[in-house]
Amino acid sequence: MKFIRDILDKIKPDFEKGGKFEKFWPAYNAFDVFLFTPAETTQTGSHIRDAVDLKRTMSVVILALMPCLFFGMWNTGYQHFRVTGVETGLWENFFFGLIKIFPIIVVSYVSGLTVEFIFAIKRGHPVNEGFLVTGMLIPLVMPVTIPLWMVAVATVFAVILGKEAFGGTGMNVLNPALLARAFIFFAYPAQISGEVWNDLTLGEGQKIINGYSGATSMAVLDYDYHNLPPLNDLITGTIQGSIGETSKIAIAIGALILLVTGIGSWRIMLSMFIGGLAMGFFFNNIAPAGNPAHPMNLPAYYHWLIGGFAFGAVFMATDPVTAAQTNTGKYIYGFLIGVFAVILRVVNPAYPEGVMLAILFFNVFAPLIDHYVIQSNISRRVKRWNSTDR
Amino acid sequence: MLDLLNLFVKEIFIENMIFAFFLGMCSFLAISKKLSTSIGLGVAVICVLIITTPFNWFILNILLKPGALAWIHPSLAAVDLTFLAFILFIAIIAAMVQLVEMIVEKFSPSLYNALGIFLPLITVNCAILAAALFMQEREYTFAETLTFSLGSGIGWFLAIVAIAAIREKIRYSNIPAPLQGLGIAMILTGLMGIAFLSFSGIQL
Repeated sequence: MKFIRDILDKIKPDFEKGGKFEKFWPAYNAFDVFLFTPAETTQTGSHIRDAVDLKRTMSVVILALMPCLFFGMWNTGYQHFRVTGVETGLWENFFFGLIKIFPIIVVSYVSGLTVEFIFAIKRGHPVNEGFLVTGMLIPLVMPVTIPLWMVAVATVFAVILGKEAFGGTGMNVLNPALLARAFIFFAYPAQISGEVWNDLTLGEGQKIINGYSGATSMAVLDYDYHNLPPLNDLITGTIQGSIGETSKIAIAIGALILLVTGIGSWRIMLSMFIGGLAMGFFFNNIAPAGNPAHPMNLPAYYHWLIGGFAFGAVFMATDPVTAAQTNTGKYIYGFLIGVFAVILRVVNPAYPEGVMLAILFFNVFAPLIDHYVIQSNISRRVKRWNSTDR
Repeated sequence: MLDLLNLFVKEIFIENMIFAFFLGMCSFLAISKKLSTSIGLGVAVICVLIITTPFNWFILNILLKPGALAWIHPSLAAVDLTFLAFILFIAIIAAMVQLVEMIVEKFSPSLYNALGIFLPLITVNCAILAAALFMQEREYTFAETLTFSLGSGIGWFLAIVAIAAIREKIRYSNIPAPLQGLGIAMILTGLMGIAFLSFSGIQL
């Protein structure tokens, strides 16, 4: 560590004001701050002294995502070898998934951070840590078989139009990771939804699996939900789906980390799960008679377990920037996401999965929800003020 | 009855005037800087829609359609005046907007001042004319026309209120100078369109 510190200190004058690389100060600064705790303090104005800064917040979220990532890697190998019929152990599965998934993560980080650095240098503001989480979320909401160039295009799109155009970290209106997924979803629907595991070729001469086509649990839902994988598999996550969303146990560990550290909002998570359940029950009651295979008949709690509902509730809806900011607003926001996610799943035949779109939809309406929560608060106080004797 | 409810929901979410057809963009982008005025404009658009579209329906069905004039004299049954639809629709919309303008000026001068030139410009708001033309093209019945105009009005209202709330929120964001104002509003509209795409494909 000392070695890196020395190098950074040595080249620092070049990047400071008047140095020859003055323009690249944000890039230098980003590396410095990423690797070490900065020594500078605020010079003017009051500020709150707290151990939690943006860097630490983002690190905790990354940590919370790790179980999902590792499980996703193992599951990729498990699904692959299950189809080929090869008996393998834990580590073989894991390494197979690692080889498949690592490039996606690298592409996501490199393309996204390139954009961030260009914007930071051009606009002269420091690079923020915000992208660290986005860059990890993007691979986790993609299927394993996604072509790498699509990941790059989607990431660049989401970072430029979804985030940097609005002024960078903390200013964005829509969740950039979801925007990246939505971009691929509408631009290249074949690669992201439905049967995503049917091309797990290893390389030349090993195209055993090309012919295999398996539907994700979301695609099954549209035909007959009785064909869904058994409940155990849905919970442990040995099913097909996007990399991070399959294992509910891994997500629960992540949720626990977020809740204990207070970084994810329990209000949003709780109300979103309740909203999904409520809408599931509602559909159970109005389901057309005589058609047991109809998706409306799906038991309500299943909605928590299939597709990206749990992952979206824990990691996507709780994004502190794009979610509602007021506490009452958070309940409303989460509940409506849950309701709409289930509606889109059940009612919309065009898209098998609705969680991502429901969250994006309410990202759009979160400021409106906040506005009315604040307004009603103000009018209630005015009323109380007027009714008291003075 | 269920048909009407479906049509209503469809017009608000699935065939939203702004995000599915991108109609009425000029006032949508220009008046959405403040939430309170955008609510006013949204309500004005709803009012104009639910007055003019049914009115145009009557005009279409008793005057313009082939054979619609038969109630005057049987010999007129062969007359087809649909080529007049455009000009009559626009004239009626203009007249109605004048009326709404007078009412707003009388009862809410502050809103009248805030809306400025965009209140008379509802006349040329494409969403209003589009509603009349959709009504003609899709051959709605009277009940359907009422539902349709209310639904599409509420959809437009929802869109402008949502973007106004967002634009109030991002007012203090560090947006790149060339994008400030209209530029970011256009990008925002596109991104909101992606979110609204979630409803496309629902069959009601």
